[in-house]
Amino acid sequence: MSNNKILELQQIKREFVMGTEIVRALKGVSFDVFAGEFVTIMGSSGSGKTTLLNILGCLDKPTSGSYLLDGVNVSNLSRNELARLRNHKIGFVFQAYNLLPRTSALENVELPLFYNPELSVQERRSRAMDALQAVKLAEREDHTPSQLSGGQQQRVAIARALVNQPVMILADEATGNLDTRTSYEIMALMQDLNQEGKTIVFVTHEPDIAAFSSRTVMLRDGKVVKDSKNENIRSAKEALAALPPAEDY
Amino acid sequence: MSAVNLIMIALKALQRNKLRAFLTMLGIIIGVAAVIAMVAIGQGSKESIQSQLSSMGSNMITILPSSNVAGGVRIGGESFQSLTIADVLAIQKNAEYVSAVSPVASTKGQAIYGALNWPTSLQGVAPSYFDIRKLTINEGISFSDADVATAAKVCVLGQTVINNLFPSGESPVGKVIRLGSIPLQVIGTLAPKGQSSFGQDQDDIILTPYTTVQKRILATIYFQSIYASAVSEGASEQATNEITDILRTTHRLRPSDENNFQVRTMEELIKTLSSTTSLLTILLTAIAGISLVIGGIGIMNIMYVSVTERTREIGLRMSIGARGIDILLQFLVEAIIISVTGGLIGVVLGITSAKVITLTLGWPTLVSESSIVLSFVVCAFTGVFFGYYPAQSASRLDPIEALRYE
Repeated sequence: MSNNKILELQQIKREFVMGTEIVRALKGVSFDVFAGEFVTIMGSSGSGKTTLLNILGCLDKPTSGSYLLDGVNVSNLSRNELARLRNHKIGFVFQAYNLLPRTSALENVELPLFYNPELSVQERRSRAMDALQAVKLAEREDHTPSQLSGGQQQRVAIARALVNQPVMILADEATGNLDTRTSYEIMALMQDLNQEGKTIVFVTHEPDIAAFSSRTVMLRDGKVVKDSKNENIRSAKEALAALPPAEDY
Repeated sequence: MSAVNLIMIALKALQRNKLRAFLTMLGIIIGVAAVIAMVAIGQGSKESIQSQLSSMGSNMITILPSSNVAGGVRIGGESFQSLTIADVLAIQKNAEYVSAVSPVASTKGQAIYGALNWPTSLQGVAPSYFDIRKLTINEGISFSDADVATAAKVCVLGQTVINNLFPSGESPVGKVIRLGSIPLQVIGTLAPKGQSSFGQDQDDIILTPYTTVQKRILATIYFQSIYASAVSEGASEQATNEITDILRTTHRLRPSDENNFQVRTMEELIKTLSSTTSLLTILLTAIAGISLVIGGIGIMNIMYVSVTERTREIGLRMSIGARGIDILLQFLVEAIIISVTGGLIGVVLGITSAKVITLTLGWPTLVSESSIVLSFVVCAFTGVFFGYYPAQSASRLDPIEALRYE
């Protein structure tokens, strides 16, 4: 693995004004993420992990501190430049999938490419097909979200995150809506992608899920309380094999 | 984002809600179709009134004798005799804006054929009278200048006279009728014109050369009136002025003298009638225009609902790289697609319903290009205007909140 820093966070603080009170959601968070890492950010609700996720995803800007994404200082960017950065550098995966209803899997995957004006129609199509291939759903390209299972929908969402070839996949409780078996399937896919060199930042509150990653950053009350390498990475494929066979599949 | 991408995104979004898009469109479709159909009805009736008027001879000018003053006493009026063939010839020769002129020497009498008789009016006219009054010969021929020169005993009969003198349906052409003691050979019949707008039977008439009436019946050199037609409807006023000048000269009037004749045109009547139909058109268009505005409000309403309903979609689009302007344009283009497509369908429907109205109800309609262009432009504008505010509110959403919106 290279030593390229994908993320550099220096003393990130984020404060919200709620009426007369100032809520300090992040109280100085600093850590770096290197290319090829699979980081889980853990924390209970109220720990500030959602706020941190929004900042990492360039949806929000820190009140103070500096955040460099792939060498670009995000704090100085305008709303439109942030949008462009999200389009080029980040692939989002959400808990609720957020697929467009009544739209085929392929078209859902294509969506980020529409905001990338350099691509031709053919390129867009072929890249979307490649991404669907990568999540092993190529044969379901015509299916709409309502015709897909939860796990399949999440895989379409992952394909959508991959399609613009981002430097980082940012997952927000991506297994939160799924049962154990499907969660493990998704984690296996994430591990595969990580093996292929994708940097993954996975926000979750389940310790179970964190075991599959290479590093865990633990947040509590807006501060990093633990940042440890996972020496003993669990393989999601093996975990999947160890599950009792499902009756209804 | 490129325009093609933008339109594709908007089209796909609309495709996901076909029924709703269609229902929204329906407001615009009905609005545009109503405007076009209503304007077509208004224009059609205006046109038909105008063509009726010009079939009466809308560029017709009537010259009548007027009163004169003799020693402080006003004498004459319409019975005053001041119009002679010299006036007719002077007008014919000098007036540039007059295309035809004919004197009228008229009298009343009892037309007799065999055992039948009928009281009617005999009008002595020049051959150009047929042009001026837009009279057409149904059967036979009209009389010529040669007949005028020789005061020939020939005549052309109107339909009412024919009905009364030749009730069995035989052709009157070639027969000889009598007017009082004067025998007149029928050389032609007039196409029926029906009642005039003043309730006068225009077919109860016998036309002969004016010389025949003047020399053989009335023994006079004067005319009751002179009819002329202006070169065009618009030239009526110039023609009137010209005729006035010419007649003042031929009548040797001093500048201080009043006119001893009067020149009248149909212009006032035309103005009144066309202003009535214009009012009708405006009224119909206004009602139809209201429905177009309501259609526009329908678009705005649906776009607002759509923005609220698709808040998460907007959040997602923003998170994967859509800028505010991209979201704004997407919703704006959706609104414009709805209104423009609705407009196109409305134009087709409007033209079709105008045709159907003509076919089923027999009302004259005239689909004017300006109404098509106008209603189309208005509905495209409606799309932009009513689509802008919802689109703007969509573009201003905070992506974080939009993504978490339930």
